[in-house]
Amino acid sequence: MKTVERQFTTISGVPVEPAYGPEDLHDLDPARDLAAPGEFPYTRGIHRDMYRGKLWTMRQFSGFATPEETNRRYLYLLAQGQTGLSVAFDLPTLMGYDADHALSEGEVGKCGAPVSSLEDMEILFRGIPLGEVTVSMTINSPAAVVWAMYLAVAEQQGVDWQRVSGTLQNDILKEYIAQKEYIFPPPQSMRLVTDTIEFGMRHTPRFNPVSISGYHIREAGSTAVQELAFTLRDGIEYVDWALERGLQIDEFAPRLSFFFNAHSDFFEEIAKYRAARKIWAHVMKERYGARSERSMKLRFHAQTAGCSLTWQQPYNNVVRTALEAMAAVLGGAQSLHTNSLDEAYALPGEHAVTIALRTQQVLAYESGVANAVDPLGGSYFLEKLTLETEAAAMDYIRRIDAMGGMIPAIDAGFPQTEIAAASYRYQREVEAGERIIVGVNRFQSDNQADGQPIELLQIDEASGKHQEAKLAALRARRDNGSVNRALSALKRAAEGTENTMPFLLDAVRAYATLGEICDALRAVFGVYTETPRL
Amino acid sequence: MSRPIRVLVAKPGLDGHDRGAKIIARALRDAGMEVIYTGLRQTPEMIVNAALQEDVQVIGLSILSGAHNAIVPRVMDLLRQKDMTDVKVIVGGIVPDEDAEALKRQGVAAVFQPGASLEAIVTFIRGAVAE
Repeated sequence: MKTVERQFTTISGVPVEPAYGPEDLHDLDPARDLAAPGEFPYTRGIHRDMYRGKLWTMRQFSGFATPEETNRRYLYLLAQGQTGLSVAFDLPTLMGYDADHALSEGEVGKCGAPVSSLEDMEILFRGIPLGEVTVSMTINSPAAVVWAMYLAVAEQQGVDWQRVSGTLQNDILKEYIAQKEYIFPPPQSMRLVTDTIEFGMRHTPRFNPVSISGYHIREAGSTAVQELAFTLRDGIEYVDWALERGLQIDEFAPRLSFFFNAHSDFFEEIAKYRAARKIWAHVMKERYGARSERSMKLRFHAQTAGCSLTWQQPYNNVVRTALEAMAAVLGGAQSLHTNSLDEAYALPGEHAVTIALRTQQVLAYESGVANAVDPLGGSYFLEKLTLETEAAAMDYIRRIDAMGGMIPAIDAGFPQTEIAAASYRYQREVEAGERIIVGVNRFQSDNQADGQPIELLQIDEASGKHQEAKLAALRARRDNGSVNRALSALKRAAEGTENTMPFLLDAVRAYATLGEICDALRAVFGVYTETPRL
Repeated sequence: MSRPIRVLVAKPGLDGHDRGAKIIARALRDAGMEVIYTGLRQTPEMIVNAALQEDVQVIGLSILSGAHNAIVPRVMDLLRQKDMTDVKVIVGGIVPDEDAEALKRQGVAAVFQPGASLEAIVTFIRGAVAE
């Protein structure tokens, strides 16, 4: 084996010195830059008592096969002590196609739950009181449509929208940047997002209409700084659009929430969360003149890094996930998803997802890390890394400002090519043995016992047929006249400047399907295709 | 000197996760191959037509959504219909072992699962084209 000189850098390539001391923190003014937990700029956390007051929400992302199967998994997770739900939708749903569309073939129920109509949404939440359980929904391009379905189910359950609480991901900018599940062009998509922010402000005061997400940016191969900078700059873009709509900053900013990756470099991740809170607090106060503390407090969900999981020796993934989750907790996350050990193979099985949930419970109740707020604050190394992360992220934010904002930057391919370059650089380092991944490029094992004896979740190929049959019955049963009227009214609203949410609600209540509604919007808005860039 | 190996890297299906496809495309290019990257959401018809027009020796399909059993057999069928069985098809992504075996029985030259090294992929393609 060739020997490689050991590099001391973070996983993002930031150099790390042998030791840090007070001389590294000349630029740090503790009163100004750190303050106490719960005080501006919230570097140390948004609450004075943090997890002593309330533990983070344990929220496992889940969805597969059919709404019926997924509903059973939700009831199981709630029975195991999970405290919130998080819905994974399948690719046809994410792309605004019904289960019986030609492009949906082979994809129905594979990566999440298929939801083609209000009927599927009713089944998904059968027996789950939406006034009590908070629900996060990972849906972006058709988020407004799916949210309308969710609110319609709450309405059927007799739950006042004022009480409904949860989070819609609804972050379209990171789709153009990283995950690529887009339908409409950026300006039309931004109009839909702004519609949901405005509607939420007026009707669902406890719902987060957008979860501004760095997770997918990081999974696409970005560095920690790129994840932070692009996410916060996306946040600035949503704020600009909402202000342009005529909303006041302190009316909507308190309900903006964030979603970050919890990757494998422990200290770099904690520094990232602390820098995120500090930058956002300053942006809110100085760039936008926010007065409400709630506008300045960055709340975030974290998920451990899917891309850090290995196919080889999958049980090692339990350890990786535990360390990543601990970084999220020490960084002050409000809610957390821990990945399951089998996710380099398939969607998680019930046994694997239970271990992942237990990992959070061990952290919360046994490890002691939740007893004191920001327990690593004041560490020379962590504080230095926080300052460096902040400075590097601000540099990117200024560059994107200079380009005229995130949409021109996306049009120019700027964040996309920055991420692709970082991802290729990292892969080259792994290939050269400069980055060690246990069980993959070092400490490999031929022992079968280290390998595959995990029971994998199999998605029944009949799921697609089941969904198609339900859709056919629905189309035959519903009042197609009122469906057509609702779709025509929606199109007129989309052509004008009215908020589309009331029209989407009417359409879903009439059991217009997701695909029909998205087709109506495609006809008005057009579709987006990206220029392939390497 | 022989002409460089030509490879079409394609992302079929609805999945947009293109990190792997882009890394492979860059690595093959750095290894001296000519790479055409199709971009996202290509149907089997679009992929086979592009392979014909670009006169490639290898098609690389990147699929992470679990839709490989629906997509890959259609690509293989179209290649047979167009008399292009000399084109080597390789698949990369989250493909369980038993599915990988089934795909190989249908004529797929190789399936690269998570953790496969770039070097192994480059070496395989060179060997397969030289055959």
